[in-house]
Amino acid sequence: MDRLPRWADVALVPLISLLLAAIISAIVLLAIGQSPVEAYKVMVDGALGSPYGWGYTLYYATSFIFTGLAVTVAFHASLFNIGGEGQAQLGGLGVALVCLALPWPHWTLALAAATFGAALFGAAWAAIPAYLQAKRGSHIVITTIMFNYIAAALLVYLLVDVLRPAGQMDPASARFPEGAKLPALNDLPIFNLVFQKAVPANVTLFIALFMAWVVWALLWRTRLGYQIRAFGKSESAARYAGINPVKITIVTMLISGALAGMMSVNNVMGEAERLLQNSSEGAGFIGIAVALMGRNHPFGVVLAALLFGFLYQGGAELGLWTSIPIEMRIVVQGLVILFTGALDMMVRMMLTWCFGMVRGTKAAGAA
Amino acid sequence: MDYATLLQLLDSTLRLGTPLLLACLAGLYSERAGVFDIGLEGKMLAAAMSAGAVAALTGSAWAGLFAGIAASLLFAALHGLASITFRGNQLISGVALNFLASGITVLVAQSLFQQGGRTPPLNGDARFNPLTLPFAEAMKDVPIIGPLYFEVISGHSILVYIAFLTVPLTWWVLFRTRFGLRLRAVGENPAAVDTAGVSVVGLRFAALAITGVLCGVAGAYMATALQAGFGREMTAGRGYIALAALIFAKWRPVAAMWACLLFGFFQALALRPDVVQAVVQVKIPVPFLDALPYILTVLVLAGFVGKAIPPRAGGEPYVKER
Repeated sequence: MDRLPRWADVALVPLISLLLAAIISAIVLLAIGQSPVEAYKVMVDGALGSPYGWGYTLYYATSFIFTGLAVTVAFHASLFNIGGEGQAQLGGLGVALVCLALPWPHWTLALAAATFGAALFGAAWAAIPAYLQAKRGSHIVITTIMFNYIAAALLVYLLVDVLRPAGQMDPASARFPEGAKLPALNDLPIFNLVFQKAVPANVTLFIALFMAWVVWALLWRTRLGYQIRAFGKSESAARYAGINPVKITIVTMLISGALAGMMSVNNVMGEAERLLQNSSEGAGFIGIAVALMGRNHPFGVVLAALLFGFLYQGGAELGLWTSIPIEMRIVVQGLVILFTGALDMMVRMMLTWCFGMVRGTKAAGAA
Repeated sequence: MDYATLLQLLDSTLRLGTPLLLACLAGLYSERAGVFDIGLEGKMLAAAMSAGAVAALTGSAWAGLFAGIAASLLFAALHGLASITFRGNQLISGVALNFLASGITVLVAQSLFQQGGRTPPLNGDARFNPLTLPFAEAMKDVPIIGPLYFEVISGHSILVYIAFLTVPLTWWVLFRTRFGLRLRAVGENPAAVDTAGVSVVGLRFAALAITGVLCGVAGAYMATALQAGFGREMTAGRGYIALAALIFAKWRPVAAMWACLLFGFFQALALRPDVVQAVVQVKIPVPFLDALPYILTVLVLAGFVGKAIPPRAGGEPYVKER
């Protein structure tokens, strides 16, 4: 099979996968008697048509950048971390414990401490599956799925029986102190010229973008990153080159878990300001779609996270203003994962065939 | 705990263990053939919606069952297309199909019935109703065995009995037929099967078709027997528990049955925290009981309860050399 040109591999393959997912989504909408054009208009209008909509789109995108980076780092070591959801929920626990521990004097201190707490708890939740994969050979996919369910059960227990303040009915932690309140984009100078209404997107967005740069630097500019990628390409070759597979597996998963945990700074500290049940709301799973769509590159992850932020905010608008259920966005998410992740080869084969045709006609023209 | 309570618990164990067992055996076929399938959950969900909808529209539970199997087969075919034909990542394909099922079931149920993504409540012939086995009434008064037979063994829908009969059938198919031998071989060493002139792709698709049928029955059972209609996300992670049971059982049919009964028993216990508390004299949080199957599976995976070795070629697409 001919190789695709690099630009086609990097840009065209994900775009065509996205297009296929969009076409199938449109067919689904037609099949349930809705208008795809109308739905698309509502989504664009609600997610991108106003600064207010952008405030939500960016808020979702912030979470997805973190979880997308988490999946990306693990993918580079050939590890499929499907446990972002559980790691994010534990990260939320870390955020809540930090925020409730002290009457924080200023949000910058609280933010630094909470980010550390979130990363620590997220990494800790990834540590056991990582150890089991590295030392005992238990498959990381299965253990991380199990840990998602264990995390959910653990948080239900903690929120109902431990963290819930006396006299409160709903299973949630106490409200965080005033000093732990993160400024939203409408509270920041310059940004408040654009965002005049209160929006959920907050300073965590900048941490997310910074982490995207950190992950890029880690993977392509450090010795550890080189080892991670070498290990992911070929375990036996990496072992032969003196790379310790146990260490790389565990370190990679710790980084991945820490990134997934850090998303909770955005939703738990930045938006809810207390720990709720199922705080991550599936963002951990969306990280899979984001990483696949972003071709496992931090820059791609940021773009894909924006796309999914649009999809999530737009999907919520669909649920509000049309009779299309909000679950439409899960369908699109599934289709994007299917086309970019599993049917990748099909798209490539189609493209290779197309390129072959073009080359064939060129050659014929030359002769 | 008295005998009557124990019988109630065992009765719930059978009812709750059945969808796990069907899904677990479904996974057994595909994984033994070398195709990982974490899409059991999605197939069950699609089948539950389809069965609930068709049973509500036609008033026939059997029509619902066939519709459920058809929906599940469609998802199995997609999984086969992605992971066998186009040699995509089997895990990612499974994850994708789970999301697809999770969303599309609500969309379709909502557009058909406008009841918030549910299907209408079923009754009468639209459900699989309990059967009373022969002599159940007569034996009711025999001490110990009588109530056991009447309360626990008798009085389930036909799908429960089908599920448990599938266990010996699966054992026989896998270990006593030519098809079963080839199926197991294709999961261990597909190149050898190919050399022998048997189609690897064909066998794997056949295994996925069986997986589809069994997941279809499991989903139909959820919507038309265990409960009276489909509700969003009604499978609630059962596909993953089944996967856990499969590993716990080390990919063997009879052990799979015991694993599913054990996990079904935990689910039954989680519904009766009062009984648990009375027996152990300590307040055990319900979430802990919910998490027990997953914790046990992790312990098994960790090798503390015997080592689970998966089929060797599992998860790898087969590339025929040219």
